[in-house]
Amino acid sequence: MEEKTYWQENLRLIGICLVIWFVVSYGFGLLLVEPLNAIRLGGYKLGFWFAQQGSIYTFVGLIFWYSKKMNALDKKYHVEES
Amino acid sequence: MDELKLYTYIAVFGSFAMYFAIAWWARAGSTSEFYVAGGGVTPMQNGMAIGADWMSAASFISMAGMIAFLGYGGSVFLMGWTGGYVLLAMLLAPYMRKHGKFTVPEFIFDRYYSKAARIVAVVCLIIASLTYIIGQMKGVGVAFSRFLEVDYGLGLGIGMFVVWVYAVLGGMKGITYTQIAQYCVLIFAYTIPAIFISFQLTGNPIPQLGLGSTLADGSGVYLLDKLDMVVTDLGFKEYTTDNMGGTLNMFAYTMSLMIGTAGLPHVIMRFFTVPSAQAARSSAGYALVFIALLYTVAPAVGAMARLNLMNTIEPVAGQNMEYSERPQWFKDWEKTGLLKFEDKNGDGKIQYTSDKTTNEMVKVDRDIMVLANPAIANLPNWVIALVAAGGLAAALSTAAGLLLAISSSISHDLMKGILTPDMSEKNELLAGRVVMTIAILISGYLGLHPPGFAAGTVALAFGLAASSIFPALMMGIFSKTMSGTAAIAGMCSGIGITMLYVFQHKGILFIEGTSFLGGMEPNWFLGISPNAFGVVGAIVNFAVAFAVLKVTGPAPAHVQAMVENMRSPGGTSAVHAH
Repeated sequence: MEEKTYWQENLRLIGICLVIWFVVSYGFGLLLVEPLNAIRLGGYKLGFWFAQQGSIYTFVGLIFWYSKKMNALDKKYHVEES
Repeated sequence: MDELKLYTYIAVFGSFAMYFAIAWWARAGSTSEFYVAGGGVTPMQNGMAIGADWMSAASFISMAGMIAFLGYGGSVFLMGWTGGYVLLAMLLAPYMRKHGKFTVPEFIFDRYYSKAARIVAVVCLIIASLTYIIGQMKGVGVAFSRFLEVDYGLGLGIGMFVVWVYAVLGGMKGITYTQIAQYCVLIFAYTIPAIFISFQLTGNPIPQLGLGSTLADGSGVYLLDKLDMVVTDLGFKEYTTDNMGGTLNMFAYTMSLMIGTAGLPHVIMRFFTVPSAQAARSSAGYALVFIALLYTVAPAVGAMARLNLMNTIEPVAGQNMEYSERPQWFKDWEKTGLLKFEDKNGDGKIQYTSDKTTNEMVKVDRDIMVLANPAIANLPNWVIALVAAGGLAAALSTAAGLLLAISSSISHDLMKGILTPDMSEKNELLAGRVVMTIAILISGYLGLHPPGFAAGTVALAFGLAASSIFPALMMGIFSKTMSGTAAIAGMCSGIGITMLYVFQHKGILFIEGTSFLGGMEPNWFLGISPNAFGVVGAIVNFAVAFAVLKVTGPAPAHVQAMVENMRSPGGTSAVHAH
């Protein structure tokens, strides 16, 4: 029973991460690029910035966040590797 | 010998000597060291090694050039080749590391309890890896012939010898530690010129910020606005909004590159080298940090190179450069045939426009942008020498990783796994080294005589990985009941439809004239280019697999128990039992 909830919590985390992953790249960088380009970030148009810079920074942050959360989850369910 | 050549020799052969020293220090003594470096690489080290392994001659030399000419459209490469690591970290790497085997086909064999599945995986892996290596070998040959002015074939031979020494001797262990050194060389070589150029143009030495800054010429105009203005004046599409083939095509292209990245066996097998599932997660993070260092600089390099090129040819609007007064780098690249000028109106000046009838820069090869960039910006010679060493490091490190993927799939999966299961560890190690030597010779030959289809094959490599390997692995972990029959049906239909689409538009095996539906854009399915089709193949793969699963019934109980075990990082892992 414990195994199952560990897996379900993992799936929930993955779901959250993938939504963010999708929104910053496909959302802000591609689908919403035109309206976002009306906003400026210094010399960058915001949509262009997400496509060429922002999405990559977010990806890096996402993996470390996921990895931190999972380490905590491993501890909580006592499944960390010996 | 002039100064530049001397510096280049020092940079190139100095770095080679370092790789040899590392190879000697990190020789492999067992199959575990040969295939997975003994499973004891730390996440940070592994991240750097993955970075070098992943960033090939294409990332180092070609990507910024593609961005320079595609503008916003080039974003598909930036997002596609980084976003895949998010998928790897969450969907594949930790569970596959937990399962604890040496190769991707071996994982597929265990999970789908089928030799046929293992063979399908080996074939996909070899095609994907070999096509990739051809590009690396060409990169090595070009770097030598341009910078050291030695014969292309001799340069290729030197490169093959260097890889042979450390890959065959050290296996994964030698490759990993050499790649860490190669990462340092390549990132240094990539960012130093970018910092110089960014500072020259904008006064801000950090390229990621320089790209969003105003120009240093006192005009107060933003660099990107200036670039947009310069290119649209000459009839090109606006740099920051030029979307390559429409939003749907860019969407599909990005997705194909992402899942293709996550499905490339030479990347996945790096995660077998770390000590635990937890380390596999964080090493994906470190890998992306090290990759992002180059990938966030690349758009700055691309945009600034384009602006510098435009400004060199036409310093003030309407006042074009005299051909007779062209700079030295222009002459150097003309010699290679990658840059060509044709004085169409006979005025002795260079006109560079988007209109084919008046454009006089008849050839500006995208691949020269990174290599020529330091010279265009008048940077000191030692910086130019560094770029040569960096390009070689990028090509060699990727080639070594691919060679290991090929040799392990043949010696471990085909020979030990299927043909001669009673082979001793010592013989398997020997077989691995022999296979790798043969693979180096074949790829060297292909680099020397590149087949006509070499250019189109990158699409095939990513298409194969995206449409066959990624879905099979993901379903294997996230669906406990997924059966071998269903997975094989899925893989075959995924590959089938992707290959059919690529071939029907680019010719069977890329032979021109055999494209039976025509390569023309109007015939593209929903406007998706063949390079972007891998994601459609993946969707077909998932759909077919689940349909067949419904009809033929779930996987046996012991396989379901194995998946359950894979999902939890604790408990026993099989790698140390080898």
